[in-house]
Amino acid sequence: MSLTNEQIQTRLTEKFGEQVSAFSAPYGMLTFEAPKELNLKVLQFLYDDETLRFQFLTDLQAVHYPDNKGKELAVVYHLHNLVDNVRIRFKVFTDINTPDIFTATQLYSSANWMERETYDFFGVNFLGHPNLKRILNVDEMDYFPMRKEFPLEDQTRVDKDDEMFGRGGSVN
Amino acid sequence: MSRPVQFNITPKPVDYNGHISVVDAPEGHMGEGFFATKLSEVVGLARKNSIWPLPFATSCCGIEFMATAAAHYDLGRFGSERMAFTPRQCDLIMVMGTISKKMGPVLKQVYLQMAEPRWVMAVGACASSGGIFDTYSVLQGIDQVIPVDVYVPGCPPRPEAILDGLMKVQELVGQESLRRRNSDHYQKLLDSYGIQ
Repeated sequence: MSLTNEQIQTRLTEKFGEQVSAFSAPYGMLTFEAPKELNLKVLQFLYDDETLRFQFLTDLQAVHYPDNKGKELAVVYHLHNLVDNVRIRFKVFTDINTPDIFTATQLYSSANWMERETYDFFGVNFLGHPNLKRILNVDEMDYFPMRKEFPLEDQTRVDKDDEMFGRGGSVN
Repeated sequence: MSRPVQFNITPKPVDYNGHISVVDAPEGHMGEGFFATKLSEVVGLARKNSIWPLPFATSCCGIEFMATAAAHYDLGRFGSERMAFTPRQCDLIMVMGTISKKMGPVLKQVYLQMAEPRWVMAVGACASSGGIFDTYSVLQGIDQVIPVDVYVPGCPPRPEAILDGLMKVQELVGQESLRRRNSDHYQKLLDSYGIQ
């Protein structure tokens, strides 16, 4: 019998109680949150547990919510149980002023480059990462471009008239 | 049966026996058994009809270039059929496609590996100005890292436009003074890009 979302939720609440929260299932994919200090404990449990067996990290990225004070950055793990073919989404939130998250590289080797990418674009500092440096952007870049306080456009351009591009100017 | 189509750059009747079109001789003085002209004219004539291009193709403009180089448009008619992927032997670098900021130093290094005299053609909106990619990761025109001789507009440009760009390069090459590359003006241009 395959693993259902309810079984996963029950196993997690048995183990972590109130610490795991905000369970939901958008488009049928179980999603939940935990405090950022617990991220490795939860991942380890999901990995080791005999019924859960989430042993494949499909994706890891961050999201910036500027209005969510104190919890601006979300780090999202997408996990896959290859035996039962079930996927879940696990989020931890962190303050943007102290974006320190424990690295998952000891548990999932695939986390290595994905954490570097997350650091590159959002500046999430993965504690214990073996080689935390920029991976896609130029090394000289001095900011984290996917954070929402930075405009997407290249700031070195002087020849583009904003009015012609429908942003700013007198046309609204 | 061969189709009655002429693909010659010089509008003159094709010699179907010779199958070769020859460029016109430069201006000069001709008499019995001699012909006198300027050295720069001869050098320019030789250079402009044997430009070896280095295709630096990164995206869709590169596909248009492949069409340009293929039989239908045939870059070879301009003496440029010898595409080389070694910068040391090439005269013209054709930058076709989006150049990201991370690619910038690579492009500059390829340019530095080319021997003088060298020419640069920016093909398409992205290579010329960043195009639609007005974003943090894309170089806003390759003229931020290397000097450009000819810009070809278009997104992507048609093969005809690329051929027109090549003919503009030929014009520049044919008319270039032999002293240009040693001039202060040229030195200043290179200095402004931090070259040499």
